[in-house]
Amino acid sequence: MARSLPSRAVAYFQALPIAAVFAVFFILPICLVVVVSFFDYQTYDILIPDFVTFNYEDVFSSPTTYRTYAATFKFCLITWALTLVIGFTIAHFLAFYLKSVPTQLVCFLICTIPFWTSNVIRMISWIPFLGRNGLINQALMSLGIVDEPQEWLLFSEFAVILGYVHLYTLFMIVPIFNSMARIDKSLIEAAKDQGASSLQILWNVVLPLTKPGIAIGSIFVVAIVMGDFITVSVLGGGQIPSIGKSIQTELSYLQFPPAAANAVVLLGITILMIIALIRIVDIRKEL
Amino acid sequence: MRSTEGPPYKALMWAIFILFVLFLYAPIATIVLLSFQGPEGGLTFPMRGVSLHWFAELFGPQSIGDIWGAFRRSFGLGVIVMISTVIISFIAGLAYRRRFIGSTVLLYVAIASLVMPSVVVSLGIGAGFELAGIQRHWYSSGVGAHLTWTLPFGLLIMFAVFNRFDRSFEEAARDQGASPWQTIRFVVVPIILPSLIGIALFGFTLSYDELARSSQAIGAVNTLPLELQAMQTNTTTPVIYALGTLTTGLSFLVIGITIAAFVIIRRRQQRHGSDAGKA
Repeated sequence: MARSLPSRAVAYFQALPIAAVFAVFFILPICLVVVVSFFDYQTYDILIPDFVTFNYEDVFSSPTTYRTYAATFKFCLITWALTLVIGFTIAHFLAFYLKSVPTQLVCFLICTIPFWTSNVIRMISWIPFLGRNGLINQALMSLGIVDEPQEWLLFSEFAVILGYVHLYTLFMIVPIFNSMARIDKSLIEAAKDQGASSLQILWNVVLPLTKPGIAIGSIFVVAIVMGDFITVSVLGGGQIPSIGKSIQTELSYLQFPPAAANAVVLLGITILMIIALIRIVDIRKEL
Repeated sequence: MRSTEGPPYKALMWAIFILFVLFLYAPIATIVLLSFQGPEGGLTFPMRGVSLHWFAELFGPQSIGDIWGAFRRSFGLGVIVMISTVIISFIAGLAYRRRFIGSTVLLYVAIASLVMPSVVVSLGIGAGFELAGIQRHWYSSGVGAHLTWTLPFGLLIMFAVFNRFDRSFEEAARDQGASPWQTIRFVVVPIILPSLIGIALFGFTLSYDELARSSQAIGAVNTLPLELQAMQTNTTTPVIYALGTLTTGLSFLVIGITIAAFVIIRRRQQRHGSDAGKA
């Protein structure tokens, strides 16, 4: 590379726009959230520059916080487990059961298309299914399985988890499928020649090689569910606690500093969970 | 894997896949169907007649909220974010073909931006504009908020593209005396055009349907997803399904056009080899 110096300068110019966008709209805002979390506030003056710690004291002294986090972790864990099992199964089907590439591509595309449509609409679309007079209740009643409409179907923890699985299983399918597609088929042939059963191949060959995909999918699902406030308010019916929703509620009362303190705690916990996942896998190798 | 997986396994896996696809599509299909309810129809089955009543209602003056304003803003925002995402990701992708100091940090920032809880980003941008005393607008803070979500996708796609890119095409162009700009314009861009269209698809639809990052960053006026979320709590007629059907239809239209463009370009490339330099 004789022109290495100017060429490196070119690289900086080319990286500048994306770096600038992230600096202004991501790094700076995140730093501001931390700063604002130490600010004071009053009813008509939503930001008073100061250094106070009572926003955090409020967060940590309130039993609601712990209850909310416990609920959020629970949703996170259940959603993670369900999306992982379903995502792994579907990805496995796409990668190993479909022989021709066009079929594979079409089936993959079918799974991804709903991802491009509005989340709110996908959430709302459960209402005619799960509601008091919804399809499921109508079916259950006409079959004589139940006598009266089941109220727990909609605006419940069940509905929220169903919504999460419906919305976010794709975030598992895509990275796991990507990892599976890279598995050298001769490894599987070799295992088979050594007399491994399908289940042994799945457990000892496919699963370990798919770990990076699982980690990436898990990071997505964990991060989204931790911060979610929309699914919980649309499908939870106002009764389900969620950390994202409590931040949102504080914001709607224009209480920026306590919301920021809450956000910093959420941020810290999400980062810890993501670091734990990254320790399992080097993401950069996967690109 | 094929020989050990007998027909029963295969049938079972197909059944699971079809069930999953039904799970994905059935709810959306239901609201599309219900949006064609007659004027007496409600939010659930049975259908009471078939009509376009609720679509007409959407266009009527008594419709709730500022749906058309919200639609215009969401569409405009989607287009701006789409164009910015394609351009910025493309040149950032070019940067990553060379070594530069800070490239790893920048990549981790992009990944962090992708997985950051949206409510935190949104709050930060809102607070930033508040502190700086700048009015929040969909075309300023809104575009920025959406770019923090679309650019990481764009950058990762560019990585995948350039990892598979054959550099000998560029060398050939250079040997023929092409300037760096000509090489990019007539060699690189035509070859990766399908991927750039893919990034455009990501940019537009992710922005058009984005809600969480918009919530604090958009200012006083709503975008369509925010409007929908607001409607959802106080609308008891199928008019919300009609709106859902329309906006889903638009998303599908964009996906359809993108896939068509993708296929046409691929075909042309296969027929003509590379169409580099043909304009």
